[in-house]
Amino acid sequence: MAKTNVKVVAVSLLALVAGIGGVALLVDIFEKKQEARNPFFRVVELTDETQDPAVWGKNFPLQYDAYKRTVDQVRTRYGGSEARPRTPSKADPRTQVAQSRLEEDPRLKIIWAGYPFSEDFREERGHAYMLEDQIYTQRQIVAKQPGTCLHCHASVYVPYKKAGSGDLVRGFEKLNQMPYGEALKAVQHPVSCIDCHDPLTMQLRVTRPGFLEGIAKVKALQGIKNYEVNAMATRQEMRTFVCAQCHVEYYFKGDEKRLTYPWDKGLKADEILAYYEEVKFKDFTHKISGADVLKAQHPEFEMWNQGMHARSGVACADCHMPYKREGAMKVSDHHVRSPLLNISRSCQTCHPWPEAELKARAELIQARTMELRGIAMDAVIALINDIQKETKTDATEARAYQRKAQFLLDFIEAENSMGFHAPQEAARILGKSIDFSRQGQAALRKGR
Amino acid sequence: MLAAAAVGLILGILTYTFIYARGYSYLSDNPAACMNCHIMNEQFDGWLKSSHHGVAVCNDCHTPPGFLGKYYTKALNGFFHSVAFTSGNFHEPIRITKRNARVAEKSCRKCHSRITHAIRLSGAEQDDNRCARCHLDVGHMH
Repeated sequence: MAKTNVKVVAVSLLALVAGIGGVALLVDIFEKKQEARNPFFRVVELTDETQDPAVWGKNFPLQYDAYKRTVDQVRTRYGGSEARPRTPSKADPRTQVAQSRLEEDPRLKIIWAGYPFSEDFREERGHAYMLEDQIYTQRQIVAKQPGTCLHCHASVYVPYKKAGSGDLVRGFEKLNQMPYGEALKAVQHPVSCIDCHDPLTMQLRVTRPGFLEGIAKVKALQGIKNYEVNAMATRQEMRTFVCAQCHVEYYFKGDEKRLTYPWDKGLKADEILAYYEEVKFKDFTHKISGADVLKAQHPEFEMWNQGMHARSGVACADCHMPYKREGAMKVSDHHVRSPLLNISRSCQTCHPWPEAELKARAELIQARTMELRGIAMDAVIALINDIQKETKTDATEARAYQRKAQFLLDFIEAENSMGFHAPQEAARILGKSIDFSRQGQAALRKGR
Repeated sequence: MLAAAAVGLILGILTYTFIYARGYSYLSDNPAACMNCHIMNEQFDGWLKSSHHGVAVCNDCHTPPGFLGKYYTKALNGFFHSVAFTSGNFHEPIRITKRNARVAEKSCRKCHSRITHAIRLSGAEQDDNRCARCHLDVGHMH
């Protein structure tokens, strides 16, 4: 009797375990199948006037959640921001800022002497901070900035259309000419969903007049007339172009302070320099040498264009917003950041090597560029010092060389990849910069 | 009596699970079976556009020839893939295992034997050189 009881208990226990296992598996398969149904719930209606990303987030919670994470401050070896505590003041209520690049490399103060960048220049933080960091930078205090700056530091699509009574470009022209503080009243958010997406179809869309006009110039050089980016670009091109609306070199043209992308002769650093020489533009007069010089600004799109990834058809979003899996859904990661912080998704999709190896490859490229950048910077500073000391001869020619050398150096310095977007091109540009500094010093010697 | 009922109940649950999970589809050669669970959607999409799309389905490259080898490989992968997918414990992007890489390599050399013959003679086979090391995108990119 006791034996039978033991048997019954044993079989029951086995059946219990098998039953639990079987049902657990069944439920798990059910859950995974539900995931694969790709649920999309439209809980709010989005229109061409919806600027608030939180409203878009109700329909697209996964994308919105990732977008909010751009507040993260994480360093990489040669970039990324570090959260530094700061005592808030009335004029600047920020409790945290990024590290000062001027403290990291005081040589930058010599290069930019006489320009607001020599007063305050910090490592860029994530998209979430673009507006507040621009409002509170010391550069606003030491110089009067125009409303043009907002083109890339705020969500301007709706404000531009409002200011232009429905005409985007007219609104752009209007805000450009206002003082920064006044134009600021028209905007509410840093870059938002509507800046890159059509609210009805979610298709990518360029909304920045600067790029609409700039890319048409580039395409005209390739023989494509009347290029209209939103109608003519492929989907993969758009996955770069929406980023290139802002991550480019630019200048403010004329008294209207019209934001202009200097691509009339091409996208390469020396082609852009040739354009600036032709239109005789200067950003400032150098305080030490008296040269009329230029300041380059984050030309990521231009540099990427010269690199192998661009050549292979890899878009910005492929590495900076790689696809990820949320349940069964494939979504692009709206936490825009350095691929070095997300190597498995950003790099390993195409390069099947270990993370450590891929990181080492990227950092090797960056270390080499960093070394060359230092050499080029020392060279141009030596030229600046020589011009300052020169009393006997006319230094006009040397100043012209400083302008060239400095712009090319700054092009690589300002570009946010430390050479990675196009390693050989970065080396070529820095090589040219070093040569211009040498020629500048030779010009001084010749005059003596 | 009780035991028989318990066994019957469990067999019923397991059979239903098998049918619900379309377990039978894994016995076929249909590539759609490989994306019953959505992890291989990208590989499937890549294959649709690949050069091998017209000449080979998943099983042509990822299972060895012959009945026994094919179903042993299917059973082995079926088990480990199920464990991985259920537990969620796997590397993303997904990576081929060493055994499966060997199977795929043999498949390359089976169909392309006339081309690979000369390479094999050169002794390159000694190391862990694989066709897909360079020809990464012939079956499916990624």
